[in-house]
Amino acid sequence: MWSTVAAFLAAWFIAFFRFFLPRTLFEPATSFKIGYPEEYGLGVDTKFQQKYRIWVDRTPDRLFVIYARCTHLGCTPDWKASENKFKCPCHGSGYDSEGVNFEGPAPRPMDRAHVEKSPDGQILVDVSRLYQWPKGQPSQFNDDGSYLPV
Amino acid sequence: MPEENGNGKNGKEVGLLERLKSALHEDVQSIRTDMPTKAKEQIEGLKKPTKTAVYTSIFRHKHDDTPRNRALGVLSNVFLHLHPAKINRDAVRYSFTWGMGGITFYLFIVLTLTGVLLMFYYHPTKLQAFRDVLYLEHDVPFGKILRNMHRWAAHLMVITVWLHMFRVFLTGSYKAPRQFNWNIGVLLLVLTLLLSFTGYLLPDDQLGFWAVTVGTNMARATPLLGHEGPFGKMLGMTPYNDVRFGLLGGSIVDANALLRSYIWHCIGIPIVASVLMIVHFWRVRKDGGISGPGSVVLASEDKAQRGPRHA
Repeated sequence: MWSTVAAFLAAWFIAFFRFFLPRTLFEPATSFKIGYPEEYGLGVDTKFQQKYRIWVDRTPDRLFVIYARCTHLGCTPDWKASENKFKCPCHGSGYDSEGVNFEGPAPRPMDRAHVEKSPDGQILVDVSRLYQWPKGQPSQFNDDGSYLPV
Repeated sequence: MPEENGNGKNGKEVGLLERLKSALHEDVQSIRTDMPTKAKEQIEGLKKPTKTAVYTSIFRHKHDDTPRNRALGVLSNVFLHLHPAKINRDAVRYSFTWGMGGITFYLFIVLTLTGVLLMFYYHPTKLQAFRDVLYLEHDVPFGKILRNMHRWAAHLMVITVWLHMFRVFLTGSYKAPRQFNWNIGVLLLVLTLLLSFTGYLLPDDQLGFWAVTVGTNMARATPLLGHEGPFGKMLGMTPYNDVRFGLLGGSIVDANALLRSYIWHCIGIPIVASVLMIVHFWRVRKDGGISGPGSVVLASEDKAQRGPRHA
């Protein structure tokens, strides 16, 4: 008898916690197109910061997409063009123009999103697949999909 | 047709007027006899309001200044009966207690009242939340002072909880037999901080949004239950099923997070905190009352207790 009561309460207890984890989300898509590689000049492009929370970054030989989330506690840093760096307004982490941390509490460079060429030639970004460079561990920034050669 | 008159049988018709007359007559008679006695009672009642049935049904004991009545005044009152009827005369000195627990509770009441009033104008949705705050600030009569009372009382409550805890620590009031109540107090501290944190997001402004972003990002590193915490990955935690996801109702601070904050802030946590407060106050009394120094004995009482040898 008591075990029945206990099982009943336990089931509800578990259900109570499961209840807080919804199956369906109505969040922005994690995969999207951002135009053609030729549209981007050298340096940091902030035009998709507001819409997709990314920066498109082009170096002489590569194009990659930085996911605009500070690796300290998740605020969105600002691109300071005059100082050639990213600066997080929350706790002051600073990153160079390629998103590599050099000041403040950030533990690692900002993550980079998966990029690939879609069949129509546009850049397809997927921010649910991130490439990291954790402190003291090998960098994933040279993995396939972390950049597009240009 | 006679049946349709509805005036009874056998053709004997009693008119409406007749019936009214007799009823009126009865009433007048009763007023003549009853009114004077009732009036007398009323006048007596006005002379001695404490003797009326209404009064004695509310206040069940006398108020002469006797120790018994003073004790009954506390015991027979639903709001006061959590208090002891008598306490050590030193226990009420502010220099021993700072009154911080009481002030904290007072602030909780202020927050409850102002919070309920703010709820009349606030919608916990992304479209309306911040607009409602501006509306409260600039257009609702007394909205600005209500919001500011709520905000400042919230800040103060966090401070007074810490000071209360500090005092209890300094006076050693966490020691036996009060260990249990110290733990209840720690839970109340956590709930106070959670109330503060969940309230932070509700204005849906930049400050609150990023504060909650930062706060919930820490939850990623929760041991076992966070996807970046120790053993989290081993237990299959991802950004879509860990404790942060459960708090936010999503993987980002968005509409679900605002609604969840609102519900925890206005309903969930206050109920749990109220229950724990009842336990807390009850245990204060059961564990020996407000703590203070050993009871002071008057010189006269001292002589009486220790006998003439020490006089």
